[in-house]
Amino acid sequence: MIDNNNKPVNRRGFLGSCSRFIAAGLGAISVFKFGGSLWGQENGQYNPAEHNYAMGIDVHKCIGCGRCADACKRENDVTREPYYFRTWVERYVIPSEGETVVDSPNGGIDGFPETVDKNDVLRTFFVPKLCNHCSNPPCVQVCPVGATFASRDGVVLVDEKYCVGCRYCIQACPYGARYFHPESKTADKCTFCYHRITKGLPPACVEVCPTHARVFGEIGQLSSPLRRFVRFNDLTVLKPWLNTKPKVYYAGADGEVR
Amino acid sequence: MNKLGIPGQIVPLAIIGVVVIAAFIAARMLFVPDTFGEYGHYRASAVEEIASQEIVYAGHEACNDCHDDIFETKQESKHRDVSCEACHGPAADHIEAPDEFTPTAPRGRGYCPLCHGYNPSRPSGFPQILPKTHNPGKACMTCHDPHSPVLPHAPEDCSACHRDIANVKQVSHHATLSCRTCHDVPDEHLIQPKFVRAEKPANRERCGQCHDRDSDSPREIPRINIETHGERNLCWECHYPHYPEVGK
Repeated sequence: MIDNNNKPVNRRGFLGSCSRFIAAGLGAISVFKFGGSLWGQENGQYNPAEHNYAMGIDVHKCIGCGRCADACKRENDVTREPYYFRTWVERYVIPSEGETVVDSPNGGIDGFPETVDKNDVLRTFFVPKLCNHCSNPPCVQVCPVGATFASRDGVVLVDEKYCVGCRYCIQACPYGARYFHPESKTADKCTFCYHRITKGLPPACVEVCPTHARVFGEIGQLSSPLRRFVRFNDLTVLKPWLNTKPKVYYAGADGEVR
Repeated sequence: MNKLGIPGQIVPLAIIGVVVIAAFIAARMLFVPDTFGEYGHYRASAVEEIASQEIVYAGHEACNDCHDDIFETKQESKHRDVSCEACHGPAADHIEAPDEFTPTAPRGRGYCPLCHGYNPSRPSGFPQILPKTHNPGKACMTCHDPHSPVLPHAPEDCSACHRDIANVKQVSHHATLSCRTCHDVPDEHLIQPKFVRAEKPANRERCGQCHDRDSDSPREIPRINIETHGERNLCWECHYPHYPEVGK
């Protein structure tokens, strides 16, 4: 290729100028990024990149008092009626024969009335449920506007101002952890009490749990209470075959739990 | 062909193209929020907005500073792990203005059974009562101090804590047997149930007292040869002694 006005562009020259351009670009990006992280550390502020939150739930310890569901509603101003929940307690009753019965009257806040013939019960237990804050969240994938997202500290959040209320995420969540807020007309869900954990407090449900059935902590931090929980328990997550990679770990959860 | 050597029909197309691109860029600047895409496909400032939500539950450490006497009592008691706000409700307002806002205290009979009322789904060993028959009409606080809930007296019956087992046993063929027929229960177990455990039978002779073919128990009791039946297993590894199977 020879142009009348310019020098001939040979292969060596072309590759050389390409690599100089790429190197300059990378240099500019790295200076920008490095500068950014330095700024965060110098300020001594909360740095989301240093955290990765998760929760452990010991099914054997849950007494089904429903204080977690109640505290969640008070802390996050979740409507009492209609019956929407960010966290709730389910009762599993497995009879000797037939289908497992799962119920959660008012999320367990008012206790669990006896409903099943107690002589026919093989196993029965409580399972607290909440958003699993998946590492691979289907709700985030389906959001058409980028209103729900996994934050840098591993919490799946909803941008209330940006949500258009299309309800795709509510459909996509395999755990039923999302609901449509009747007042804001947007999707709403558990935030791990993001406003509390970023200030060093545990989520409200963990704060009030009287038997420490809920353990809150961080993945990859040796001093976190969660570390002990994951070391000394046989863990499972809900619906592992969906590849959502949940960050709520259950200890002692029965095979019937789904 | 004009001066620049661009074909004439391209010029209007180029103008339209530039206008469309400019309109797209302008619309994007107008509609895409400032911080969108800073960390990912979302509005970065939404994270700060969510984090700025008001705290309602102050946390148990906030209570300890002023109420250190109750904290010390509670710390020694069975309720040491129960957060103050689990019973008294959210108290962040009380921390802000202690005189203007007072947390609630459940003094009636309605609240304690949320944890301590009998429910078969609760884990075995968790202290539970039947609210209908347990001193009806009396407030829980009359006998129990919620900050230091020692029992007024040692439980008279194992069913006070092991209600789920008692319920099954009472409709089984073992209904008339006392728990101590099979279990060695140290007295200390009634006071410190978690630290001093009741024993399960560690040998086959315990069941053999009644069920061995050579024992002198009533004739209607089913018999086996304790030497050969079940080989190396303990009886309760195959049979559930609180509800022994019959004729199956």
